[in-house]
Amino acid sequence: MVPARTLAFTHTFGLGGMCLVAFLLLVATGVLLLFAYEPSAGGAYDSVASLRYEVPLGQLVRNLHRWGGNALVVLAFLHLLRVYYTGAYRGVRSTNWAVGLFLLLFAVAGNFTGYLLPWDQLAFWAVTIATSLLDYVPWAGPLLQRILRGGAEVGPRTLSTFYILHIVILPVALVLLLPAHFWLVRKAQGVVVPRGQGEGDPGRAPLVPASPALTAREGAVALALLAGLLAVALVLNAPLEAPANPGLSPNPAKAPWYFMGFQELLVHLHPLVAVTLLPLAAAALLFRLPHLSAPAATEGVWFLSRRGRRTAAMGALVGSGAALAGVLWDELLPRASEWLPGLPTLLTAGLLPLACAAALAWAFANWLRRRQGATGEEVGQALCTALLAVFLVLTLVGAGFRGEGMHLAWPWALQAQGAGP
Amino acid sequence: MTERPAQQTVTRREAMGRIGRLLGWVVAAECIGGTALFLWPRKAKPQEGAYGGVVTAGPVGNFAPGQVAAFAKGQFYLARLEDGGFLALSRRCTHLGCTVPWDEKAKRFVCPCHASVFDEQGAVLSAPAPRPLDLYAVTIEAGVVKVDTSTRILRDRFDPSQVVKP
Repeated sequence: MVPARTLAFTHTFGLGGMCLVAFLLLVATGVLLLFAYEPSAGGAYDSVASLRYEVPLGQLVRNLHRWGGNALVVLAFLHLLRVYYTGAYRGVRSTNWAVGLFLLLFAVAGNFTGYLLPWDQLAFWAVTIATSLLDYVPWAGPLLQRILRGGAEVGPRTLSTFYILHIVILPVALVLLLPAHFWLVRKAQGVVVPRGQGEGDPGRAPLVPASPALTAREGAVALALLAGLLAVALVLNAPLEAPANPGLSPNPAKAPWYFMGFQELLVHLHPLVAVTLLPLAAAALLFRLPHLSAPAATEGVWFLSRRGRRTAAMGALVGSGAALAGVLWDELLPRASEWLPGLPTLLTAGLLPLACAAALAWAFANWLRRRQGATGEEVGQALCTALLAVFLVLTLVGAGFRGEGMHLAWPWALQAQGAGP
Repeated sequence: MTERPAQQTVTRREAMGRIGRLLGWVVAAECIGGTALFLWPRKAKPQEGAYGGVVTAGPVGNFAPGQVAAFAKGQFYLARLEDGGFLALSRRCTHLGCTVPWDEKAKRFVCPCHASVFDEQGAVLSAPAPRPLDLYAVTIEAGVVKVDTSTRILRDRFDPSQVVKP
């Protein structure tokens, strides 16, 4: 039995179910691919290339796996946003929020470890760049990098490490953690029941049998997702460039798209801030989120209230505007380090921009409270939305608008990534 | 037979239980430690003449002053500066690890990934690279230049003491 009010599609958009479907598709196509794949630096590329012409339906299965893997990262992130914006992470759900964060981490790690396996230029240099980001993390970074790479450079040992992580460790972790995720939803009596301003505890909301009310809906969403992925896989081929060549870097070389926000940050800010302080702060914020605020006046309502919806939109505007302004400033105007020569870059490219951002956030929060009459909960939501917008803009700029020499360029002017001469 | 107060005695059963628990912890520590040891990244076996070992670059006379020679197998550049001294430069960009090609016309290393530029001494001419190209130790024995590629030497700036004179 499930509460009837939670069945509306726009309440959850079926995102959790879609994640599960994407994961199952990845397992199915992944097992098939294992029959064709040869996990060695000498044979990996040829075995993946053989999928294109020799293995019947090989290209289709590989495309489904590739786009399914990217879809899982996107869907899991959207699922996180849904849970956040409907306030379904507090109280009894706070443990499940943490479990969900780990699931997202494993989904991203699964995508990243799979990225290397084709052993082409795209894979080799994306993983080189992404693991080189660890060079800038003090103390633990170089050690973590050595462990991930299985040595000083990306090489055959990196491939076997990533292979084992990709086909055993991460799928097993997901399979163990997913039932806990579902069970904790049941423990919280299903997905969050909408409760608006001034409404009391919904108590025993009207229930309907889970089957067919819920199963039919989930089934429809699952089929729609599979149909969509199949359509994409039929039209769009997974990239396979020249075999990995450690002596020849492509221009530009980019990390996988979901790490481009960090690579973009590194263009602008001091490494200590860009790849250590900010990611740690973001992780801490995500994990602490359920414990940061008192129980809200509403629950299960998108963006808390009508005003919450408006203030969140303002947050998105402020965040994306600030991020775009920062990116364009560094491209067009002299940087702070050139205005203030002689000062350490940790100050000019680290603390100074952070202080500016904090001042902007403070002024924005005050304005929301005074002029918009926003509650503390709504102010917090608007600030989180602003941070989210900054992250999305940086990821978009880094992945889509950086061309040769990491200068800004239009996406259609970019040469194929990693194509090389 | 006198009975001692119950609080002060440890029965045989309790003692065995404690020993059992202790052994359990030892086994757990062994398993964790053993797994860590098994997985710990190993140093690649140094191969003579290839990356990771000592590479013989050739007689001093093979390299003209102002010349930068690439050693693909050793993954380094041997630069002979105008004053006749040698520097062995890692080909790995200090920014994000791309392989830097030598541009003979411009007399510069230009990283294709993110446009860092280095001069023939490996010093940074243009960001984002945070420090000069890493060095390998150069030795000259009986007029033959040898480069030890087992350890990269990190440096903050170019210093004349880094140059090895024949």
